[in-house]
Amino acid sequence: MSAQNPDNVISHNRLTRALIYIALILFAVYYLLPLYVMLVNSLKPLEEIRQGGMLNLPQVWTIEPWLQAWSTAQIGVQPTGLRPFFINSILMVVPAVAISTIIGALNGYVLTKWQFRGSNVFFGLLLLSCFIPFQIVLIPMARILGMLGLAGSLWGLILVHVVYGIGFTTLYFRNYYENFPTELVRAAQIDGASFFQIFYRILLPSSGPIIVVSVIWQFTNIWNDFLFGASFSGAATTPMTVALNNLVSSSTGVKEYNVHFAGAILAALPTLIVYIVSGRYFVRGLMSGAVKG
Amino acid sequence: MSFLKISNLRKSYGALEILKDINLEIEQGGFLVLVGPSGCGKSTLLNTIAGLEPITSGDIAIDGRSVAGLHPSKRDIAMVFQSYALYPNMTVAGNIAFGMEIRGVPKEERDKAIKQVADMLQIGHLLDRKPGQLSGGQRQRVAMGRALVRDPKLFLFDEPLSNLDAKLRVDMRTEIKRLHQRMKTTIVYVTHDQIEAMTLATKIAVLKDGVLQQFGSPADIYNNPANTFVADFMGSPAMNLLKGKVEQNGSGLAVSLARHQAEPLVLSVPNAPGSLSAYSGKDVIFGIRPEALTDPDGADRNACTVAEGDCLIEVVEPAGADTFAVTHLGGKEIVARLRADVRIAAGQTARLAFNLDKAVFFDPASQLRIS
Repeated sequence: MSAQNPDNVISHNRLTRALIYIALILFAVYYLLPLYVMLVNSLKPLEEIRQGGMLNLPQVWTIEPWLQAWSTAQIGVQPTGLRPFFINSILMVVPAVAISTIIGALNGYVLTKWQFRGSNVFFGLLLLSCFIPFQIVLIPMARILGMLGLAGSLWGLILVHVVYGIGFTTLYFRNYYENFPTELVRAAQIDGASFFQIFYRILLPSSGPIIVVSVIWQFTNIWNDFLFGASFSGAATTPMTVALNNLVSSSTGVKEYNVHFAGAILAALPTLIVYIVSGRYFVRGLMSGAVKG
Repeated sequence: MSFLKISNLRKSYGALEILKDINLEIEQGGFLVLVGPSGCGKSTLLNTIAGLEPITSGDIAIDGRSVAGLHPSKRDIAMVFQSYALYPNMTVAGNIAFGMEIRGVPKEERDKAIKQVADMLQIGHLLDRKPGQLSGGQRQRVAMGRALVRDPKLFLFDEPLSNLDAKLRVDMRTEIKRLHQRMKTTIVYVTHDQIEAMTLATKIAVLKDGVLQQFGSPADIYNNPANTFVADFMGSPAMNLLKGKVEQNGSGLAVSLARHQAEPLVLSVPNAPGSLSAYSGKDVIFGIRPEALTDPDGADRNACTVAEGDCLIEVVEPAGADTFAVTHLGGKEIVARLRADVRIAAGQTARLAFNLDKAVFFDPASQLRIS
């Protein structure tokens, strides 16, 4: 390991540096452009958009489209704005993320520290659920929700998302706990701690990074889900994504592009905030266990 | 009466037998060391005593009470792990008190116990730190503190010193021995280091491939190894084991050792073990420890039978306190341990003294000692 391979050394040559930065800035602009378009157009009056010049800054700044999208825009038949559906999504996402993360953590704990005959097969089957396309389960899932009396309810949607998320959360936690020293569990056993005490007092306090990974992953997936929301929600339980679709694709009246842009940003905001707040733990958690530290 | 009694213990994973019919016992206040090469089953044996792994058959009794079916926390034991297994999210004080907290001991009592143990191990100034902020030796002390605070009937140590550097290991070894002498506790200790085993133990159990090879006092194991494996494993440098031939020499017996480019060296063995005469005219394995093979002036004056012979010295290795000389006898390289300032040179013939009081003989077929 003494002599460094010259191919692997990052060049400190000024020109190379400049080229790297130019390339990076170009990529950043390319990816930020849609956000820019949405943002500036959501702050313009509708007439200004009709005149063209999508990339221009607003001549008249207004937050009216945002207020409309939030509280008065026509969604389907009611002029309710996106607010009730935003609340629906929050009411669905928070329990679904919490429950699937807790179950995933418990699964990971059992699959690594309390292995039983066939536990690897069991884990394999759980993993399989990560590869099943959404569309395949739509009809059986609708039957089951009907039998449980949860059809069209918020708890029905939560159940669907929990069931679908367990495969992923179990995978995360199992791989994380695989590297958690078993001697600690044994020491706690000798100290007299019970199954749940060991989990709660010993494992969970060390699980910060992987909890963040699981929460971000689940939050993004469930918040952005459209298919399950469109299939299983009732009129009163429609999530944000479906409502946004109803807003944008309404076939009557004038297309209020500025309101649509504002609504789309509103719909994307929660996941954006989750990433910004906890993103730096995300990579750390995903990488843990990948490299022996 | 034995305090810890392991009888006919067997442990297997499916068809794979890890421990085969182990019988051990140790009196109260004893220090039992389980020693053997890696994979011999010594850690598994310790884990079965702790209750961390179930046994297949047999019984384990602590202080007259069978614990074979009991949960680890109900066995009145404490264990120190190889990696120390300190809870990373708790302070040192929290680590020491965790067991008491689980058992619902009141706070004042816990604090008193923590203070007492911290004073004994001199870790009082570390109580508020997290394990990650401690050095290896400090972690070792905290791990012992966590075991001591329980005041159990039996202490279990699983290679507790193997993660420390050489100097610290010797210090901690002495400390464990001192602690044992002061507290009069009963300890079962697993190690692969035969010096640790010799220095600490009151009783040593040598294991290999899940079979108990020998169980006895350190002196017994060292001087009268039951077979060639024990003879080779215990002691450093290892015992010289070479091929010899038993011959009739007048009224007594003698052992003849092949020498390189010379007549065989014939040593008469007047105090030979009784059944050696049955091997007259046959091959045996002759075992002699390096310290029983010295220069004539350095030979043990209290020994009854010292034989001398000339050997060609091939390599001389001064080690400070002693000088080791390598020579060829019985077709094998053997090591002699000479005084530090002995005048000897490689490539020359030197006279070596064999302390035959300390010599042992093994059957070449069964590898067992001829007694």
